[in-house]
Amino acid sequence: MFKRKIKKFKIPLNPKHELAVLLSSRSSLDPAPLKDQKGRQPILARLRKVHLVWLISIFSVSAFAAEVTGGVDQPSLIKTIFLWTPFLLKGFGFNLLISFISMAIGTLLGAVLGVFQISLFLPVRLSSKILTQFFRNSPWLVLLFYCMFMLPFEITIGGFIIPFPDWIKAVIGLSLPVMANVSEIIRGAINSIPSGQWESAESLAFTRRQQIWLIILPQCYKRMLPPWMNLYSILTMATVLASIVGVEEVMSLAGQVLAADGRPELLVPIYSFVLAWFFIYCYPIAKLTLRLEKKYALKT
Amino acid sequence: MEPFFEWFRLLYDETGINLTFIYDSYDRVRLWKGFLTTLWLSGTCLVFSVIIGIAGAWLQGSHHKWTRRIVQGYIQFFRNTPPLVQLYFFYFALGSLMPKVQNEWGGYEPILGNFVWAVISLSFFAGSFNVEIFRSGVEAVPMSTVEAAESLGYTRLKAYIYIVLPLAFRVCLPALSNNLINLVKTTTLAFAIAVPEMLYVSSQIWSDNVNVREMMTFLLVAYVSIVGILAWVINRWEHSLKIPGYGG
Repeated sequence: MFKRKIKKFKIPLNPKHELAVLLSSRSSLDPAPLKDQKGRQPILARLRKVHLVWLISIFSVSAFAAEVTGGVDQPSLIKTIFLWTPFLLKGFGFNLLISFISMAIGTLLGAVLGVFQISLFLPVRLSSKILTQFFRNSPWLVLLFYCMFMLPFEITIGGFIIPFPDWIKAVIGLSLPVMANVSEIIRGAINSIPSGQWESAESLAFTRRQQIWLIILPQCYKRMLPPWMNLYSILTMATVLASIVGVEEVMSLAGQVLAADGRPELLVPIYSFVLAWFFIYCYPIAKLTLRLEKKYALKT
Repeated sequence: MEPFFEWFRLLYDETGINLTFIYDSYDRVRLWKGFLTTLWLSGTCLVFSVIIGIAGAWLQGSHHKWTRRIVQGYIQFFRNTPPLVQLYFFYFALGSLMPKVQNEWGGYEPILGNFVWAVISLSFFAGSFNVEIFRSGVEAVPMSTVEAAESLGYTRLKAYIYIVLPLAFRVCLPALSNNLINLVKTTTLAFAIAVPEMLYVSSQIWSDNVNVREMMTFLLVAYVSIVGILAWVINRWEHSLKIPGYGG
């Protein structure tokens, strides 16, 4: 609200009718907008708490409608869902755990891969580029399947047997695409630093390692944060894929709930219940990402 | 072709690399059909998601507050919930509410099959991203261009179709291609509701022949090449549509 008021006073200085020149676009969704520095910011999605109320009311209306159509002798729908909530929440917690661990692993590996992508040594640069593109271009589900079937269920190292349960395989499977995407984010951020920074650092006699560590990377963190958060929310939404390969997370638990109760009128409420959780978790992240993007945008 | 296929049978006998989908005609036809299903699914979703994107971007420029709000709500909902859960929601939850029709064998089947639900769900998912992408392109078109169109007597819709969209399209093509590539990767989710696309067929083949390793490797390579080809085509297209003097 406040910002809109300020804009009004700007008019004499910044007339709307400039030359008819196409402005460069900047989508909040484009993972590689870092390159173009003249980008205009998208209008912040103006959603407020009212919309959450709407969501809840839609959910309760659908639950109520299902209740009306359902049988009389069964316990009420809302009570049933309430009863299952702790069970489902446990599954959701597991989803979040998977997302945290995969994000950590993916970020660590991706950071290394991303810095390798700007290596001066051609074989390193080329191989890391190919690796990044390969994992970025393959579907998450296929990678997940790959890790599920290809990794052994236990490893024996010098007599010790390290078990490899399904969920750890899922974590590894999910961290591979994350790694590739983080690598691209880092490369994009480094490329978006004006070349003058490199040149002036060189003229001040910094070594290459110093240039990267002391000059370039510190400027990159800010630019990397919004796409990194975006990636995190994509990953969180991808954790449900683990249900397909048999990890007991919220989707498979929801399936079990539906199978246990055997009431078809539960289908809509339970699935919307799960959808609502993901929305409540991911929406603030998306909003924060947009805000950070706006804050860190270069002023032109 | 037969000697070529037989060579792979020989390869299996010699090395144990079991590529059934080449030498076994049943598996070959299955996989080919799965591949076509993947292409068909991607193609339809691609078209519908672009249509949703264009329509949504137009509605977002509407003068009615509520139209904009509804579009915004749609975008935020579909962007911030997992596509797999959306798919389940559409197929199992909404699908169960749909009326059933009698098929040719006298049994009852849902009016919309799993393929149609996959198309609906994935198009809405990708469409929500496309709306934002097109909107960013539309915003890049200067106000004076739109005003010039208006002064020539274009209505809002006509100006959008003939003036704004062709310019906006070129501006947002990089972001759009990114999203469309993502969409092709997301079609693997249709596996979850048993649409016989490539991943599903492959899983059938590896459960029949126990050649998981070969099938998985094939799948990875196949998807990477499909995506690679698509990216290349879009890149060429982008190049041919380039506005002279705009952008780097």
